[in-house]
Amino acid sequence: MAVRDLNGAPTVIDLDQVNKWFGQFHVLTDINLQVKQSEKIVICGPSGSGKSTLIRCINRLEEHQAGSIIVSVDGKRIELTNDVKNVEAIRKEVGMVFQSFNLFPHLTILDNLTLAPIWVKKMPKKEADDIAMSLLKRVRIPEQALKYPGQLSGGQQQRVAIARALCMRPQIMLFDEPTSALDPEMVKEVLDVMIELANEGMTMLVVTHEMGFARSVADRVIFMDRGEIVEQAPPKEFFANPRNERTRMFLSQILHH
Amino acid sequence: MSQATEAGPATTQPARLPPTLDTGAIGWMRKNLFSSVGNSITTILVVAFIVWILSWFVDWALLQATFQAESGKDCAKSHGACWALIGEKYRYIFFGSFPYEQHWRPLFAIITMIAMLLLSSDRRMWNWRLAIIWTVGSFITFVLMFGEIFIPVTLIFVLALIAGLAGYLIRRKVAESGERIAYVALAGLGIAYVLLRLIGVLPSVSIPVTPFSYVETGNWGGLAVTMIVATYGLAAAFPYGILLALGRRSKLPLIRGLCIGFIELIRGVPLISLLIMASVMLPLFLPAGMNFDKLLRAQVAVILFAGAYIAEIVRGGLQSLPKGQFEAADAMGLNYAQKTAFIVLPQALRVVIPPLINTFIGFFKDTSLLLIIGIFDFLSTANQALVDPVWTGYPGEVYLFAAAVYFCFCYSMSRYSKYLERELNKGTQR
Repeated sequence: MAVRDLNGAPTVIDLDQVNKWFGQFHVLTDINLQVKQSEKIVICGPSGSGKSTLIRCINRLEEHQAGSIIVSVDGKRIELTNDVKNVEAIRKEVGMVFQSFNLFPHLTILDNLTLAPIWVKKMPKKEADDIAMSLLKRVRIPEQALKYPGQLSGGQQQRVAIARALCMRPQIMLFDEPTSALDPEMVKEVLDVMIELANEGMTMLVVTHEMGFARSVADRVIFMDRGEIVEQAPPKEFFANPRNERTRMFLSQILHH
Repeated sequence: MSQATEAGPATTQPARLPPTLDTGAIGWMRKNLFSSVGNSITTILVVAFIVWILSWFVDWALLQATFQAESGKDCAKSHGACWALIGEKYRYIFFGSFPYEQHWRPLFAIITMIAMLLLSSDRRMWNWRLAIIWTVGSFITFVLMFGEIFIPVTLIFVLALIAGLAGYLIRRKVAESGERIAYVALAGLGIAYVLLRLIGVLPSVSIPVTPFSYVETGNWGGLAVTMIVATYGLAAAFPYGILLALGRRSKLPLIRGLCIGFIELIRGVPLISLLIMASVMLPLFLPAGMNFDKLLRAQVAVILFAGAYIAEIVRGGLQSLPKGQFEAADAMGLNYAQKTAFIVLPQALRVVIPPLINTFIGFFKDTSLLLIIGIFDFLSTANQALVDPVWTGYPGEVYLFAAAVYFCFCYSMSRYSKYLERELNKGTQR
């Protein structure tokens, strides 16, 4: 993948000295992270390292206790505080895809996609249906529109989940281990959709262990351990020449098995 | 080519059937009733016992029964059941002390309520139609029962105000401009009337609807009372219980505390004591001259009691939802009301249909406790029918009859629960 010049792009996510604890356990320690528009970041690290918590803080599924998180929405900088208005404004622009899909089992695929556009964005139903169908075509399952999530395979469900997030026309997408719950033969169909999305210029933060994806798509790979960002570098450098001992250990564990 | 056609039949061989002796009625019996000597003996003994009981019952209830008699003494001539007693008393059992020549009124009220319930049980009616069905149904029911109703004009305008306001708030972003104007006009009309009424320009006016003679609630009785208390009790307790359950999981400590306190308090007290409090103690606390109808007080007690139980059932459903469902709804930017209405409740209520209907059935029967505070529900009118000295000595027939009527209602609810589970899970399972 050609290296993009991101120097001129505006910063859309700005984390400054973010800290978070679960009870006494310090999950995030002094996290500083700036994400430019259209940048693709892959976050990896051993389990319990705080990588999921980090991206869940960005749309306030988790609350940080110190530091600041600022997300730019249409050029306006909004800080995540206890103000519900701010949280809702940010959630409107930040889509999320979960490890376990979290589709709504009682709604059809189409209704899963159109619920939020209709009720959060107050979009007319007809328009929402059209957008939803074009997105389902893009993730290559338009024929499943009237089925229920339980009738689809895992890979199909995760593609629906991606389409559901995109239906809100977000500016930023968060992926929380999107392929970890899938059978091996379904990983590719989901990654293909994500690669397409990356090529279209979406800003993406992806927590994943798919190092092939990181190599080909990411602008930056971040390695986290024990709540800290240990190392970050462009993928080429990151894989060829990891500087930190912990990074080397982790890479040797996941690449040589 | 020829080889391919020869190979064909081998692959398309019809599916092999199981041995015939394992299928059909004989196969089933062989497998389930006569699989061993001990099993066969048990089967024969049980069948013999059932036949003996049944033959005794048929003999008592049909063959030896008296269907027509002048008094209990005539029945004594035979050993069978005295169904003549039911023939004599069924109108009192169904309608209580409602004026005899007006019995058609509670009859049609019961039919109206049954129609209302049947219509509401259809899933296609679960929208604005439900409001119309219940408004019209309740209006007919209470006009029939009371005979005359006075509708305050203020009430109509307050309802217009609420409807206009709710319509505007819910649909303001999606409605056409014509529809929006209609809501604003409706609300404006309501506000204008209420203001004029408050400053005393307009007098207090009621629209009288008086097609029949007035019958006070003290004279109501029988199945109509049981159905009114159960239907409106549960219809009000259901949304109330849902609110309590949501409140109990609220992040706001005050609301959570109030809901927990209420639920635990009500659950810790027998229904009878609550009914007695509503009928005896409540009037003592009210200012002199202020008096609520006894039936209404009992109705409120039933709603409070059923609400607490329903709340705990619904809470179970809420807790069964995976955390991911809440997170997905949050991540999409749905607010609390939208999340609750579209994601949480539809799934939570689906899970709790069996225990919910179980509670409904329980409360339908518990309305017979109204007897304690002197309200004549179906079971107490049946009881009263036994007091007549001319027909003394046949309680079994009357209770059997009452049980059969209760069974019809409860069994219908049970079947409806099954239907609803199947209907709501349609398509969602692979």
